[in-house]
Parts: sequence; structure tokens; C-alpha cells
Amino acid sequence: MAKSITQEFVKGLWDEIPPFRLVLGLCPVLAVTKSVENGLGMGMAVIFVLVCSNILVSLLRNIIPSKVRIACFIVIIATFVIVVELLMQAYTYPLFLKLGIFIPLIVVNCILLGRAEAFAYKNGVVASIADGFGIGIGFTLSLVSIGALREVFGNGTFFGMSVFGPSYQPFIFMVEAPGAFVCLGLMLSLMNLAGNK
Amino acid sequence: MREIIKMIVVLTVLSSFSGGLLAAIRGGTKDKIEYQQLVFVKGPAIRNILEGCSNDPIVDRFKIKDGDTERSFFVGVFDGKANTVAFEGIGKGFGGDIGLMVGVNIDDDKIIGMGVTTHSETPGIGSKAQTDPKFPNQFKGLAAIEPCKVKPDGGNIDAISGATVTSRGVCGGVTNAADIYKRLKPQIAEKIKAFN
Repeated sequence: MAKSITQEFVKGLWDEIPPFRLVLGLCPVLAVTKSVENGLGMGMAVIFVLVCSNILVSLLRNIIPSKVRIACFIVIIATFVIVVELLMQAYTYPLFLKLGIFIPLIVVNCILLGRAEAFAYKNGVVASIADGFGIGIGFTLSLVSIGALREVFGNGTFFGMSVFGPSYQPFIFMVEAPGAFVCLGLMLSLMNLAGNK
Repeated sequence: MREIIKMIVVLTVLSSFSGGLLAAIRGGTKDKIEYQQLVFVKGPAIRNILEGCSNDPIVDRFKIKDGDTERSFFVGVFDGKANTVAFEGIGKGFGGDIGLMVGVNIDDDKIIGMGVTTHSETPGIGSKAQTDPKFPNQFKGLAAIEPCKVKPDGGNIDAISGATVTSRGVCGGVTNAADIYKRLKPQIAEKIKAFN
């Protein structure tokens, strides 16, 4: 329990980085990482919802009766997800069109419920904010790196800019669904290789 | 017993707080979202229909109350005269509703263009109503006050091959738009004066 705030933050970036270490929330990871931009947008949305729901859950942790805690978590998470959805529609409409159904699906993303249940419900507000930011940024980094890999090889572009020039034959497999699984698997194994020295 | 009451109270308070917050945010972003949808979903079709107009039809729009619904009309200015409106009609297609935009010149009641905005037709077959310019171009110059039909039904629109239901749906949508136009013409003529 003696972990510092910095440790709570940093653990999300490597030790418990989702979805590589904390293998949760795979649905958006596989589905939206067709490009860097999508991954970044999704990651930002998740950071916002995660930090806000962590704050609220941790503030209310002494009021929420444990028997209905899951229901309360879902209400809190769902509220912030809809907030994100409305804001995205209002300010970044093209991104909203691309992410589509996966924004409302953040509600059922296990990372959010998992962090509320496993961390925010048992810890103070400041630690929960640090945890939310750490895990959220870790998730965004993962989405961006998978997105970058898939976009660079599958489309020959990075953030929509050409990388290899016009002569590059796109490796379409990478932007299709199977490519997502292969890419995630390879990155998972690399992470394990790096971690098991 | 106390525990149950506490659960009910906490859940109720939490839910009503969440409802209030969402209502506030929805109210605050409503206009912005409507504008974004116009720009990105209907915008391309509107610009296509009102091609060559000298104003921005998405900014120059007005609303008319039609029964319970409010309809938006987009004004096109040609040669310095605001004489064209684009507005929505809905037809029943093969996979659900087909939303389309019809542009009508209010001086001679003729359709100047039509474009499908939203549909759930079969990709590659019915979806041609949106992607193949040949089909929508047939509607140009038709009288906006008459019902519109495909050739097998006694009209003069060539159906897309293999997609008769979709073609009928689009014609139904144009007819729907024509009905709206007939019904609201006096109000349209009144409102459009403001843009001259």
C-alpha cells in the first residue's frame, strides 16, 4: 500500500500496460487500430472516461454499497462515455464517423470496469487519478503502436502521409482483421521477451 | 432493510445526477452536432445538387414547421438570385429507409438535381443509386409537383438493373419530397426572399 503516486502512474506504462500486460479491452484494440489516427482518437476517449470514472468511483467509494457497486460503476462509466460521444460528434465529427460503434462500446470495455473495481474502489482520489492516467496513456501508446505498425505496412502511410513512396505495394493483410491478431500476438511476445530477461 | 434503502437511494441519486449531466451536455452540443452532420453527411450531396451556386448553402438555411416535424431547407443562389432550395425526402428501399436530397427551382418548379444521402441498400447493387451519377441525373428537369415513377410503373425513370426495389424507393423519396414541396411552397417562397 506504500506505493507512491508516481509508481501508480508509471506501472500503467510498462508493468501493467494494457492490452499487453493487462490483457483486457481487446475488442477496440483489434478493431480500431487500422490507422494511427484511429488508435490515438480511441486512446484519448478512453483516457478521459477512465480518469473521470476513477475520480468519481474513488470519491464515492464509501457511499456506494458493495452489493450494487457494479451497477453504480456502469452508470458512472456510461455517463462519461456518452459525454465523450457527444463531444466527439460536436468537435471531431470525421473521427466519430470512423470510430463509430466503438465509442459507445467503451462502456463494456473491461479496462474501465476493471480499474474501477480493482483500484479506484479501494484507493484515494489522487492515487486513482494517477492510475487512470497511467493505464489510459499506456492503452493509448499500445493502440498507437499497433495502429502505426498496421498502417505503415498495410497502407504504406503514417498519419495519412506516405512513408515508402508510391512504389510500395500495400500489405493489405495487416489492415484486415487477421492482421490485427497477428500484430497483437507478435507485440505480446516481444513484450514478454523483453520482460523475461 | 436499511441496506436495501441505502442501495435504492444511492442508485437513484447517481442515475438522476447522470441524467441531468447528460441532458445539460446534450443541450449544449445539439446545434454544433447538427451543423457537423450537415457538413459531413448531407454537405457533399447538397453541394453536388446546388453546383455552381455562389453562396454556402449549409450556412444559408431555414426551417419550416410541417406538422410535428421541422424541415430544413438549403438555399442556393444562382446569378445573384436566391431561387433554389434543396431539402430532404425519404423513400422505402430494399434495406430500409433511403434518405435523399432534392434541389428544386422555385421559379419553374423543376428539379435541378437529386442525391442519395443515407441508405442501407445492398453494396454494389442498390448502392449504385448513390454512387453511379447516371441514375440520379435522370431526375434533373422533372416537374417537382408530379409523382415520380420508374418505367415499369408507368413513369420515365430507368431503374438500376437488379435493383428495382431500390429504384422504386428512390422514386418514392422524390415523390415524398415533391409532396413536401407542394405543401410548403408558399412558406418556402416567403422565407427565401430573406436571402435575396
